[in-house]
Amino acid sequence: MIGPSCRHERGALPPPPAGEGWGEGVSTRETPRVERVLTRRFAASPASGRGKTGTWLDLTSHTCSIFAALVTITLAPATVASAEELTSYKIVGDGIPASLTGAPGDAARGRALVLARTTTCILCHSGPFTETRFQGDLAPDLTGSGNRWSASQLRLRLVDAARFNPDTIMPSYYRNDHFVRVGRNFAGKPILSAVEIEDIVAFLATLRD
Amino acid sequence: MIFWRAIAAATLLAAAPALLAGEIPPDARRSGYSFMGPDTRAMQDDDTSNPGMLFVLDGETLWGKKTGSAEKACADCHGDARSSMKGVAARYPAFDKALTRPVTLDQRINLCRSNHQQATPLPYESRDLLALSAFIAHQSRGVAITTGDDPELKPFVAQGRDLFTQREGQLNLACTNCHDDNYSKHLAGAPVTQGQPTGYPLYRLEWQTLGSLERRLRSCMSGVRAQAYDYGAPELVALELYLMSRARGLQMETPAVRP
Ligand code: HEC
Ligand code: HEC
Repeated sequence: MIGPSCRHERGALPPPPAGEGWGEGVSTRETPRVERVLTRRFAASPASGRGKTGTWLDLTSHTCSIFAALVTITLAPATVASAEELTSYKIVGDGIPASLTGAPGDAARGRALVLARTTTCILCHSGPFTETRFQGDLAPDLTGSGNRWSASQLRLRLVDAARFNPDTIMPSYYRNDHFVRVGRNFAGKPILSAVEIEDIVAFLATLRD
Repeated sequence: MIFWRAIAAATLLAAAPALLAGEIPPDARRSGYSFMGPDTRAMQDDDTSNPGMLFVLDGETLWGKKTGSAEKACADCHGDARSSMKGVAARYPAFDKALTRPVTLDQRINLCRSNHQQATPLPYESRDLLALSAFIAHQSRGVAITTGDDPELKPFVAQGRDLFTQREGQLNLACTNCHDDNYSKHLAGAPVTQGQPTGYPLYRLEWQTLGSLERRLRSCMSGVRAQAYDYGAPELVALELYLMSRARGLQMETPAVRP
């Protein structure tokens, strides 16, 4: 039995962005059907600029691979590209009490972002997301985050988790310095924009047991 | 209840630094094979269904084919690969005295081409180079990895280990964060393995072709949104060397199949 195992045409994939991606790391060929369902769902709910680029991602490379998400952000220039100047923020205690944008986030968009693989959260985390079984277990389940943490704490956690724990594997989502060998397409940019951080904070705050 | 969970999480955090860069003890080392599902294992195990074997067969043809202006085949110098190449891949990358640095099997093949066959080097990831290295490494299938014995390799192994534990890229993750500290867990539902280099070049269903270890490492680097090293770069060779020495005692599987 020699031949393609992924169910979609390889030719339909756009070229990997920065050289080669993690997209090549793993295929979920053992469960392609479930994934189809998943991708359709994703495609139906693009929540933000990033979600929009997530659409082709979810429709194509997902079928074969889930890790493409980690790289495909190259193709999502819209939100972050111009955000080289980070909004300044003030840490008070173990949190950032004020919204980075000055406005409250949108929890529904936040939920979509947490589920979008380009955002990377559910590569490591799981949560109350019954629509996808492709969740990570490298990190605590997000269920009940809103009970355990205040919005202020959640905001700092997302902005710079290393402040809580210098050895954490959780990336700092709103930082653009102190990194080593950052890929050309990501250099000088935070992983998420201030708006996206606020949307995710708003969503996490709703996660109550 | 919730409070206690937070405490438990905090305790785990406090324990984390000791685990960081924790090396895997020899008796706990496992090939990526042991993390795969039964279908993929079956595909690797049966030579008639293992797509990598097509490359091995191509490599065998190339082994006997005269090339370059010297009009010599690999076989003219090395004879029957079944005996002369047995165990060779299991000790690569190896120290090259003339170059005073380690060279990978791919680089060795190209050194032979330019020095002994007067032929042009084969590009990285080209079908012929993959076929030749698959054919050679296949002669070591079942042989335990011994890479790193040569004392002259020491500084390069150390360089590779440093690179393995260096956080990098926009996601700021090191190889060790996943492959030492979190193997057996799942990244978005897919198992994270120990990153053992036992089966290269191997057939990845995702690639739908054979690929080198360097291709794999470059993918992991892009995954953390780091600038991947160029093929053949000393850093990639050092990483490969460290990975092989870290896999000491594991058996070669070339051509392996991975999801
Ligand atoms: C590479 C792995 C990784 C990624 C990606 C990641 N996290 Fe985390 N996260 C962790 C780990 C590990 C912890 C446990 C505490 C620590 O190590 O800082 C954590 C802790 C948390 C916590 C506190 C959990 C609790 O209740 O104790 C929240 C909330 C959280 N992450 C949200 C997110 C969100 C939202 C994203 C995406 C924008 C994200 N994480 C991406 C690894 C990750
Ligand atoms: C955030 C997690 C993560 C990081 C960081 C990471 N990898 Fe990987 N790596 C993976 C995943 C997922 C795969 C595909 C499944 C597997 O084989 O583990 C993989 C595969 C591999 C493999 C193939 C194993 C096999 O059986 O063929 C090797 C070798 C490897 N990685 C080495 C590295 C090196 C070297 C680095 C650093 C430059 C690195 N990885 C960084 C997640 C990671």
